[in-house]
Order: sequence, then structure tokens, then C-alpha cells
Amino acid sequence: MYDTIIIGAGMSGLAAGIRLAYYDQRVCVLERHYTIGGLNSFYRLRGRDYDVGLHAVTNFTPKGTKKGPFARLLRQLRFRWEDFTLAPQIGSAIRFPDMELQFNNDIKLLESQIATRFPHEKDRFQQLLRELVDYDDLQQEHFNLSARQVLGQTLRDPLLIEALLCPLMWYGNPCERDMAFGQFCIMFRSIFLEGFARPFRGVRPILRNLVKRFRSLGGELRLRSGVSRIVVRDGRAVGVVLDDGQQIEARRILSSAGYVETMRLCDDISCVETDRAGRLSFVESISILDKQPAELGYDRTIVFFNDSDRFHWQMPQEDLCDVRTGVICSPNNYAYDLSDGQLPDGVIRITALASFDRWTSLSESQYRLAKLHWFDRLAASAVRFMPDYRANVIDTDMFTPSTIRRFTWHDNGAVYGAPEKRLDGTTHLKNVFLCGTDQGFVGIIGSIVSGISIANQHCLKD
Amino acid sequence: MTPAEIRGQVLDILENIAPDEDLDSLQDDVSFREQLEMDSMDFLDIVMELRKRHRIQIPEEDYGQLASMASTVEYLTPLMKDI
Repeated sequence: MYDTIIIGAGMSGLAAGIRLAYYDQRVCVLERHYTIGGLNSFYRLRGRDYDVGLHAVTNFTPKGTKKGPFARLLRQLRFRWEDFTLAPQIGSAIRFPDMELQFNNDIKLLESQIATRFPHEKDRFQQLLRELVDYDDLQQEHFNLSARQVLGQTLRDPLLIEALLCPLMWYGNPCERDMAFGQFCIMFRSIFLEGFARPFRGVRPILRNLVKRFRSLGGELRLRSGVSRIVVRDGRAVGVVLDDGQQIEARRILSSAGYVETMRLCDDISCVETDRAGRLSFVESISILDKQPAELGYDRTIVFFNDSDRFHWQMPQEDLCDVRTGVICSPNNYAYDLSDGQLPDGVIRITALASFDRWTSLSESQYRLAKLHWFDRLAASAVRFMPDYRANVIDTDMFTPSTIRRFTWHDNGAVYGAPEKRLDGTTHLKNVFLCGTDQGFVGIIGSIVSGISIANQHCLKD
Repeated sequence: MTPAEIRGQVLDILENIAPDEDLDSLQDDVSFREQLEMDSMDFLDIVMELRKRHRIQIPEEDYGQLASMASTVEYLTPLMKDI
């Protein structure tokens, strides 16, 4: 009998596990995959290490910062700032036709860029900064206001509104077209007011730290242990049944599987509202280059591009992907410590919106062809906004919505969870709780904080 | 434990929760919140650390008693006198 069973060994599940194990609970983290990480995992292919999800760790704040999610997670999990080995970004940009806004980890750059490109909006942008809601002040009722509407009341220039929404939607908006104002505030803070960073060795050291800490506190981690069912008796969960039939009892369950996905597991629920699951999924092409991107004249950390004045954020309707907008990420372009040097290979990752239904309806041979075809389409679209790197590619990989679904079990291969966030993590069962992307906090630090806060609110106080 | 010893224990917990804070200049009569960068999660940690280290259960309605060092020591004195 465990005090708490945690479903999923991603960032949020492991963080919750650390909190509970630290306070002497018997905790077991159950993971269906053969490795940890969930949406932020890693793999090895043809002799090279790859990260699954990580472009940038958002919510980065410098050493000594006392406020914000990163400082909070360090205190709560008893880590030192150095343990995350984060190197700050060099600089990023939002690129539209004939318009660029640069930004870095100091909001002053974005302010001055806006003052130059949109002088008429300078003061109103300052007003927008004052209107942002702080993380702890987010209430469910204000959370779901329309970000487009709120922005429209403050700013006048539609192009600036689209340009600001582009990176914020790209890095954490589970809704199509519009964005919840609460989510907008979370993303604005995490990207523009805090910033981007990356560990030299990618996501691995972060996960390694979390698992090491969890185990050293007596926590149990079981891989290849998918939960097939949450057993409910008289309105309470009493345990889980694993894919292999094994039963495990627990006093409570904390699930990072997602809201719809967790409801489907509960054996007291016969009809799951699948239309409440997230729908936005991505393809990503990863190119290994024979030189550093900087040698090709590309020194940006992340570029968010959009090829018209209107930013379209929705599941592709007509095709497998929509390459009008995308994200270009180069893990080389961070200010790594001199003792680390530079990554061995040049890397360019390009992300675009993709349709889960279309990708999963392809036959095996169609799927392979589609990957090749869309790899080229993504690159062709991106090189309109960066130097052409295609002659320097020496190896490639690509993931699609099918890949995301296969390794995370999230409905529709959704990356940012369900559109409707459940800030308090409660469910219809009084001892089953949700953490992870369906809580509103996204990104590596956001997911970790989500696990911490749900563990604190619901699993520690009795 | 004597009130002075209890104060030392609480200080130890604060050091553990907020290692970057300068606790030497902590004023006992001023609330933790005013002097230290502490949020509600950190307050929960004081409660949880007391439970972990000294097996003291503090009901949620009493969390307010832990606002400052003086009130915390006063609240804990009867609970920890036999430890």
C-alpha cells in the first residue's frame, strides 16, 4: 500500500514524487515507457544524443533571483541553482514579412525594439506590462478571458498583437486561434520577463537530477509499468491495475496523464468527453549540420516566424502540416560556459503545426514518404527567415504527432494539454489529482512547479 | 526544549528552506513574510519540516500562528517542551 501513486515519470510526476518522498511518504511513480521524461524525454540515434522536446528552458532567471517559478522550484526541491547547469540564450527574434522584433533575457531589448518598430505603441506596451497578472494571482474566472480581446483593448496595431502572440502561442497555447488571458500572462512572463536557457547537455542532466533525488529519498520508480485502470470504489480510488494485470493499492493517485486520459482510466466513468482533449500537435525536423550555425551566419537562439501579417494558430485543415508559421531553434546558440565549449555538431530544429488525424491515417509507406516530403517543406519555409543551411545537413530525424502519441499517450499527440485548464488539479474523485500540462504551467520549469504545487495542495496536508 | 532551543530549530528549518536568506539579522517580532522572500509554499515547508523532524502535527487553522519567529516559538513552546 502506497501513500501516493504517481502516473507518469515526466517532469511534473518526478517533482511531485520528490516532494512527497522528502516528507516520508511511500511513493511510487509508474511510467509506461521504458525511459523517463514524458514530453521532455531524450533518445540516441546513429551515435548522437537528441532531446525530444527541449528547445529552450523557459522561466530562466539568474542566480540569486528570489521570485518566480525557477526560484520556487529550487527552494521546494532543495536544489542549487548550479544543479541545472543552465546557459542563457544569445538572442531570439520574432520574424514576420518585413518586420523583426528581437528579444533576449532582458525585457529592455524588446521594449526598445517595439519603441523603434512601433513608436505609436510604446506607451501602450508599457501599460500592457502593468496589466499582466502575476502567477500567484491567476484566478480561474479571469484565466479564461480572451487574450486577443484584452490585447485589443490595450494595443492598437494589429501587427504588434500578432507578433506578440506568435511566440507565446507557440510555446504554450493549447487552444486554437485565441489564447486564454491567464495562459498569455504565464507565457509572457516565462518568455519575455524571465527568459530562455539550456543546459549544455540538454534535458538529460535535469532528468538525472530529479530521478537521483527521488530515489535517494526512498521513492520508487517503475518503468514499463503503464496504468491501464484506476480502480474506484464508493467514490474513491483504491489503487491501479497495470497493463500486465498487476494490482497496486494506494491512498491517493496523482496523474500527469492529462485530464481526458486520466478520466478514461477511471473505472467509474463509462463515457469520456474526448472532445475536451487538446488538438494541437506538431512535426519537428532535426538537422545535424557539418558546421556550427554561426558559421553559416545564423546566431539566433530561437526564431518564431510567420509569413503573413496574420498569425494562424490552428490545426491544419487542408494538409498534414501548416508551414506558414514555425519555430527555428538552434541549441548551439546559447552562451555556454567556456569550459564546456561548443556542442559537437551544428543543430537546427524546425517545428510546424501538424494534424494528428491526418498523420495517423497514413499507411506505413505513405507515412515514410510524408516525413521526407514535409521535412523538405519545413526547411523550405524556414529558410525564408534564416540562412539556407540545407547544403550542410549530414543527418536528420523527424517526429510527427504519431511519434508524440506513441511515447506520451496524450490524446491527439497534444503537446500543451487540454484547452481548458484545471488550475486546482482536482477531479470528480476526492483522492485523484492532476498535475502536468493540464494545469496551465508548461515548459520544463512550469511542469516541475505544477507537480510541486499539486503535491503541496492535495497530497501533503493530511 | 526551551524557547531558545526551539528558536534554533526553527532557524535551522528556515536555513534549509531558504538557503540564500541572511538570517542573522532576522527580527523576531516582524513577520517572516516582511523580511524574507517567502511564499505560501515556503510556509507549508515550515509546518512539514516540524512534522518531519519533531513529529509535531500542526492543523491548518493554526498556520497563522507561524507568522513571525516570536509567535512561532510561543506557539511551539507547549508542543515541544517535552522533546
